Amino acid sequence: MADNKFAAYICSGCGIGDAMKVPQLEAIAKKEGKMAVVKSHPFLCNAEGVQMIKDDIANEAVTHVCIAACSRRAKTEAFQFDGVAMSRANLREGVLWVVAAGKDHDEVRQEMAADYIRMGCAEVKKMTQPAGNVKESSSKRILVVGGGMSGMTAALEIAEAGYEAVLVEKTGALGGMAAKLWKRQPFKTPYSAPQEVDAGETAARVAANPKIKLYLNSTIAETSGAPGRFVVKVAQESGAVTDETVGAIVQATGFTTYDTAKLPELGGGQPNVVDQAGLEAMAKAANGGAIKRADGKEVKSVVFVQCAGQRDDTGAHLSYCSGHCCGTSIKQATYFKDQNPDVDTVIMYQDLRVPGMGEDFYRSAQERGVIFTKGKASRVAGGDTCSVTFKDLILDDENTIAADLVVLATGQVPNAGVDLEAWNPVVTAAEGGDEAAKAQRIVMHGSSVLKLNYRQGPDMPQFKHGFADSHFICFPYETRRTGIYAAGPVRRPMDMLQATDDATGAALKAIQAVENAALGRAAHPRSGDLSFPKARLEGCTQCKRCTVECPFGAIDEDEKRFPVFNEERCRRCGTCMGACPVRVISFENYSVDTVGSQVKAIEVPEEDEEKPRILVLACENDAYPALDMAGLARLNYSAFVRVIPVRCLGSVNTIWITDALNSGYDGVMMMGCKKGDEYQCHFVKGSELAHYRMSKIGDTLKQMGLEPERVVTQEVAITDNARVVKLINDYVAELDKLGPSPMKGFG
Amino acid sequence: MTASIATNQTILVVGGGISGMTAALEAAECGKQVILVEKTPVLGGRTARLYRYFPKMCHPTCGLEINLRRIKQNRNIRLMTMTEVTAVAGSRGNYSVTLKVAPRYVNENCTACGKCGEAVTAEVSNPWNYGLDKMKAAYLPHNMAHPQRYVIDQSIVGTPEGEKAKAACPVGAVDLDMKEESVSLQVGAVIYATGWRPYDAAKIQPYGYDRFPNVITSLEFERLADPQGPTSGKILRPGDGKEAKNVAFIQCAGSRDENHLRHCSRICCMASLKQTQYVREAFGDAGKSTVYYIDIRAIDRFEDFYQMVQKDATVSFVKSKVAKIVENKETGNPILHGVDTEGYHRYATEHDLVVLAVGMEPEITGVKLPDDVILDSSNFIEGSKDGGMFGAGAASSPLDVNRAVQSATAASLHAIQIINKTARAEA
Repeated sequence: MADNKFAAYICSGCGIGDAMKVPQLEAIAKKEGKMAVVKSHPFLCNAEGVQMIKDDIANEAVTHVCIAACSRRAKTEAFQFDGVAMSRANLREGVLWVVAAGKDHDEVRQEMAADYIRMGCAEVKKMTQPAGNVKESSSKRILVVGGGMSGMTAALEIAEAGYEAVLVEKTGALGGMAAKLWKRQPFKTPYSAPQEVDAGETAARVAANPKIKLYLNSTIAETSGAPGRFVVKVAQESGAVTDETVGAIVQATGFTTYDTAKLPELGGGQPNVVDQAGLEAMAKAANGGAIKRADGKEVKSVVFVQCAGQRDDTGAHLSYCSGHCCGTSIKQATYFKDQNPDVDTVIMYQDLRVPGMGEDFYRSAQERGVIFTKGKASRVAGGDTCSVTFKDLILDDENTIAADLVVLATGQVPNAGVDLEAWNPVVTAAEGGDEAAKAQRIVMHGSSVLKLNYRQGPDMPQFKHGFADSHFICFPYETRRTGIYAAGPVRRPMDMLQATDDATGAALKAIQAVENAALGRAAHPRSGDLSFPKARLEGCTQCKRCTVECPFGAIDEDEKRFPVFNEERCRRCGTCMGACPVRVISFENYSVDTVGSQVKAIEVPEEDEEKPRILVLACENDAYPALDMAGLARLNYSAFVRVIPVRCLGSVNTIWITDALNSGYDGVMMMGCKKGDEYQCHFVKGSELAHYRMSKIGDTLKQMGLEPERVVTQEVAITDNARVVKLINDYVAELDKLGPSPMKGFG
Repeated sequence: MTASIATNQTILVVGGGISGMTAALEAAECGKQVILVEKTPVLGGRTARLYRYFPKMCHPTCGLEINLRRIKQNRNIRLMTMTEVTAVAGSRGNYSVTLKVAPRYVNENCTACGKCGEAVTAEVSNPWNYGLDKMKAAYLPHNMAHPQRYVIDQSIVGTPEGEKAKAACPVGAVDLDMKEESVSLQVGAVIYATGWRPYDAAKIQPYGYDRFPNVITSLEFERLADPQGPTSGKILRPGDGKEAKNVAFIQCAGSRDENHLRHCSRICCMASLKQTQYVREAFGDAGKSTVYYIDIRAIDRFEDFYQMVQKDATVSFVKSKVAKIVENKETGNPILHGVDTEGYHRYATEHDLVVLAVGMEPEITGVKLPDDVILDSSNFIEGSKDGGMFGAGAASSPLDVNRAVQSATAASLHAIQIINKTARAEA
């Protein structure tokens, strides 16, 4: 390997050269930063400036570059150098634009800039440009679990894109719920009548597709590995188990209808009270003729009770809305009306929810004479003549209507497998020797869909109400198990149109996952990142913090309880690095050293200088942009802070903080994303973990003789550009009151 | 302009809002070449102008930051701003596209240092804030603008103001001689992620949007609540700048109405429920929100949010389609007239401010699209006859952000399928 050659390039444009002494910064880069090449340029980001750097890389064998100019978020396209490690010293947004103008501030401004130069040089010296880990043998096949409409769609879309799919369906036939429908809600123009489901035709296309390998009557016995190299044991009815190697997984395991037996007050289980699936079966049996009850009597009047066991705020039933059921009842009412307009059809609803073009379908049902009653059913009695007692929400009185048949619009319950929140305590108890827990673990494992052999449990983590959804509005496919994507009603309640769209989207994400895995690239949100964690296991104490805290279940344990890193599952957040008490985990371009060396590079003024020094560790996703935007708005914050962006607060290793305090820093402020139920952390738990870890740092501070206020953690949003300024300035004022750190001079 | 080299294995994405960015990124991160064109000077679209998202009350700019970071580092995407598609010819796998690039009057040398903005005194209406305030005629569209480059408004080009901007630029980035350009490209597939626009509220005559200053749209309300907006996040009504503590939200303003938009715009119920929480955030228990609605369409797990808002004592619900609004001439307060259908009593209720939950109309309504594109009765894109052009996000259906992203991801795969077939055929 060629020798490393370090270079620093300092931009004097945008007013940097007017407000700062660039020659002095150059001297610091040379002498203290030990950069072999140091150059300044009046306009570094223009073609000429960039060419100067490129020439040095080509002609001078420069391998590591520190760009001291604007924020790492600015001019990123200009400053892209292949195969070269790069740090960015933020002299513009981080110094020029935030330090108050004028001569009074010249000294602190220059000191701040000098420190950022020291930090940029220190960082890049510890960096290695990741080469990535290309895997020739990475599998690009994709497993689809579930053969309903979502699963069939995913498999067909994968095949259509030229990839191979393996489809595993537990029953003996494809089609799932869709195959049980008589018709579907209209999903394309005209939105005035039910449309054909075509589940059989779709199933035939799946069966005939040479790129789809189909397993019926089969389940998954075990899934091991990682994106690009999952090994899935497919257990077949015959007892045979086949190993399938795949690169990614789409879980389209659908839903189960809510059990009407749980709704005795709404007539669940009584004669002539059915759910929507029951009505579909009756319509299929009628095959376009009059719909008949189980006793053979033709239905002349029907009441649809919406939200049966749904939108329930008592905790007894489902609290959510399943989204499709209003449209489904409208569709089912038209089954009756289109066969015989004289059939009385009443849809009893609280809020009729037919978004988009569903409104046209709603209108068409009104034109057909379907009655819509805004009411809440309190009691349904089945029998030869059913009765529905309800509160009329318009007339505000109690009422009862009779009907030949009552249809309960019940909700979707996701088939998401094992709830890991329930699983983990059972495993802990079982590992502790609890016999009941051991038995329960076996039962729970049996109900798992994917049977992942991951350290963190056999299925995907579930979000609210048991759905395997993402928490991110902008990123609906951002799951917590890399390379595994949920699609259809297992992800969130939805109708068939949305489910097929969803399956198509999940198919894309699976294709992307196999392509990324083959190239050794990270998946969202650090897409394209070629680095991955490396551990010096000889220093590992088997404490298991990394394996427990990884938000993505990327790290397993071997027999000796050493961590086993699965690079392809890793999302490069650095939570493991932050967790490690013995600091043996690092990334090539982001490590305990790349940050630690910056902490050490900063000059800490002596006590008598009356210049406090404060370290700010800012999450690069929200806090750092907010600080940048404070600069853009020319808001001023104290020149006594030194900001280091981190990938996530979860990656913050306590050593950085204790090192800073030991060397006489007066305070450390961490800025991360919102935590808790409505967390905004892109790595799920990073901010939460940072708060937790810092709550434990009190003892350390006490030993050092430091006040607890010396370390604070803040939750900030990206819009908080004014607030981050206030947080910093208030903290500086607070530390001023506290007085200088007693550690000064001992560092 | 010749920089953009595209082939029949390139995907063209039209529109740089969240759907377009998603469609472009998802394809690019599968290794495909993408040209992303955006009509305005910046990426972000309508979502970037929202203060918060429902139901998490998080900030859209948080996701925008991630998407911009992905775009900045991905060399498979070529971004063209201030660019519109003027013609598409050819067929699936082989389209010839003509683009019109409007002059920005600022070249890539711009460092966003802000000197031109300081030098110029002329002001223009600020589209980022839906015209609620003015900005300098040399401007950076917003805080997170990407490209991070200033724009010189056409109105000052050829005037002394334009010359001031040019003279102030330390890096020669202001180029007042820029002209509109026409660019031709070959692409294999086209994704229309052209998004939506608010239905013209002035057309709903009884509500007096064009007559009463204190009747505004839900989009304008987003800007009022946003700390980066024209009032720095204070909910001040446009009529007199007074705090608007008693706010009425009128649902289905233009939607679900044969005289206006036939469809339900899906997002407006949740948007209003969300906005009631802006009132709470600003005024605490002293705020008051009243939602006038037909049905509250808090679909799937959004129901949780609805239940939370129902428990909020500052929020009340009236099941009614508001018949008309008149203005109290003395106070400027809008007075809402109608019949509460729960009990059938008439009301005439005064509020400080009325927010119309305006419907979503496809942005392409009235735009000439290739003949092959199939539209539904509300002008949403269903697909194309030749199967090589796709709608994504709110261009394809009235969708919330989450579903728009899902739709865009699906559209991206459909485009990739075309490209892969073309590639296999040529291999």
